[in-house]
Amino acid sequence: MTTTAYQAPPASYSRTGGSAELDAKGVCAWFSGRLVLDSVDLTMRRSQVTALIGPSGCGKSTFLRILNRMHEVVPGAQLAGSVELDGVNIYGLNQRATDTRRQIGMVFQKPNPFPAMSIADNVLSGLRFSRIPVRDKDSLVEEMLTKASLWNEVKDRLGELGGALSGGQQQRLCIARALAVRPRVLLMDEPCSALDPTSTRRIEETITEVADEVTIVIVTHNMQQAHRVSHYCAFFLAEENQPGQIVEHGPTETMFDNPTDKRTDDYVNGRFG
Amino acid sequence: MTQLIERPKAEETVSASEPPGIAPRLPARGASPLRPRNFSAGDVGLLVITAMSSFALVWVVFYQLTLLSGAFGFLICWYVAFLALYWLVVARTTERQMATDRVVTVVVTTGAVIAIGAVVFIIGYVVAKALPKMHWGVIFTKTQKGFQPAEPNALNHVGVAHAIVGTLEEVGLAAVLGVPVAIATAVFLNEVRGRGTRLVRTVVTAMSGLPAIVAGLFIYSMLIIEHVLPYSGFAAALALFVMLLPSVTRTTEEVLRVVPSGLREASSALGAPEWRTVWSVVLPTARSGVVTAVLLGTARIVGETAPLLFTAFGSQIMNLNAFSNPQEALPLEVWSNVRQANPVLIDLAYQAGFILIILVLILFVAARIAGRTRGHKSKGKRRARPGNGSPASGSPVQVPPFAPNDPTLVSILGEGSPT
Repeated sequence: MTTTAYQAPPASYSRTGGSAELDAKGVCAWFSGRLVLDSVDLTMRRSQVTALIGPSGCGKSTFLRILNRMHEVVPGAQLAGSVELDGVNIYGLNQRATDTRRQIGMVFQKPNPFPAMSIADNVLSGLRFSRIPVRDKDSLVEEMLTKASLWNEVKDRLGELGGALSGGQQQRLCIARALAVRPRVLLMDEPCSALDPTSTRRIEETITEVADEVTIVIVTHNMQQAHRVSHYCAFFLAEENQPGQIVEHGPTETMFDNPTDKRTDDYVNGRFG
Repeated sequence: MTQLIERPKAEETVSASEPPGIAPRLPARGASPLRPRNFSAGDVGLLVITAMSSFALVWVVFYQLTLLSGAFGFLICWYVAFLALYWLVVARTTERQMATDRVVTVVVTTGAVIAIGAVVFIIGYVVAKALPKMHWGVIFTKTQKGFQPAEPNALNHVGVAHAIVGTLEEVGLAAVLGVPVAIATAVFLNEVRGRGTRLVRTVVTAMSGLPAIVAGLFIYSMLIIEHVLPYSGFAAALALFVMLLPSVTRTTEEVLRVVPSGLREASSALGAPEWRTVWSVVLPTARSGVVTAVLLGTARIVGETAPLLFTAFGSQIMNLNAFSNPQEALPLEVWSNVRQANPVLIDLAYQAGFILIILVLILFVAARIAGRTRGHKSKGKRRARPGNGSPASGSPVQVPPFAPNDPTLVSILGEGSPT
């Protein structure tokens, strides 16, 4: 295997290249010796929203964490295979995990804004951590909060602590924070599952608007959401005592109206899961 | 088709003996006889009368009919007789289970009263001995230099200024040295989790059981006898540092553990290296708890006397330089003056003790305030109440676990027993 020289992402804060394509090849994952994902191959095309659907416990979140190198942080976790971001394997020997995570951001199921920082500082925190200088902080904060449709609600109280918001607002703040570092891919792990319908709708609008700048991969339990929001779907399934696998993947319309596999058909029509 | 529901008219209001179907009245407060905590006025009267009659009974038996003597024995016999008589009386007036409940309540309350009473008595005694003879203008400005034992009105010419300065300098130096080391160790134990974690945790726990005088002896034999350091406030600060380290480390570790892991994940997902996560996210989130831990740890070493005995050594005169020459400290002042045969010096010792108590009180109050203060950026706006916020990561590290009456904290700071 040839080792390529380390390619650091540009230190300046210009657009780092726009949305990118993520290509997972043969990804397997273990937790303390137990196989939980078996040979997952999936291409998530640029500027597209890819939804990972499937019942609970079939490895969707694990797969998502593998995509931004968060899986290896868990003690006892192992993985095999490769994940390529525009052709460069993020697990290559010369790749730094922190740089990868800046290019592939993540929004979690439970909103987690930093409670000791103000709202404006929360949005700018990613840039601070990576020591990226920003010339115009205020306009950046406004741009990101507008993209997350939170600006109108918090524009008068940017100095308030990040914890002083409702659940839906906190999740939108987390999205603004994740977008502020201008990632090339944004991973979302069931971002709306803990939220009310209004916040869910706003977040789905955000996803649709942002999709051409950032490739989005979203894990969701809500099939209607997958239908509304995504262009491409992958159906994960774990049989009893079996590791998780992709049963079928394809464009959303095909997956919902005309799936090939019977299990996919059963799942999208609500017969199980 | 809806149905009209008939409601009884005003004249038809029913009494409590009517069958159910009408909303029941709330029972009168204290009406339930089966709740042992409902001590009505009659019950309190019963308690007092039982106490008096058991006192009389035991007095007759103890002092008149037998050859026993001694107040403490009398007290024990009275208490036992009182419990037995009370049980009998309550069992006759209500029922046996109620009697047992009441007696157990009395026993448990006695425990609480003794605990509080002991503390109140100690503090009250010191205050009562110190306050009447306190010369406020002198105590903070003068030292024991040139003290003439036979001088009339001698208390007007001596003070404990040198001891106050000494305590502040020694404790301050110990804190300056100890707090960064303790926080770094807590971060190592909680965040880094290297291979030596278990060993370090065991050693730190064991260190909290180190006798104070051994810490002083350690500094004395390692540094003072070898002429590395003279008898000085700095040597005392080193001994106090050894005492400070385990308590602040353990408490800070508990505080860091409570920071939600979702925050660390969020920070990692933004591309922050691990040290940056700790420095910019974990520590600021736990800030109020860490400050409380530091203040409580400091309050604990302020009163340590044994490590100072052969490190600071004590002196009669003011010494502002902690790095050379012996220095006095408040607990050391109490110790050395109480042993003198001079009533003036004994009064001075009580006053030094009183000032020490005040100092510890100030530190505790500061710890409570620090534990409650919100972050500095709120611009006076209230943060979200728990009901309207989201899951736990939305609210910063909460205050109640770090109040000094938290049992975990108290047990950690108490005798250093492993939790």
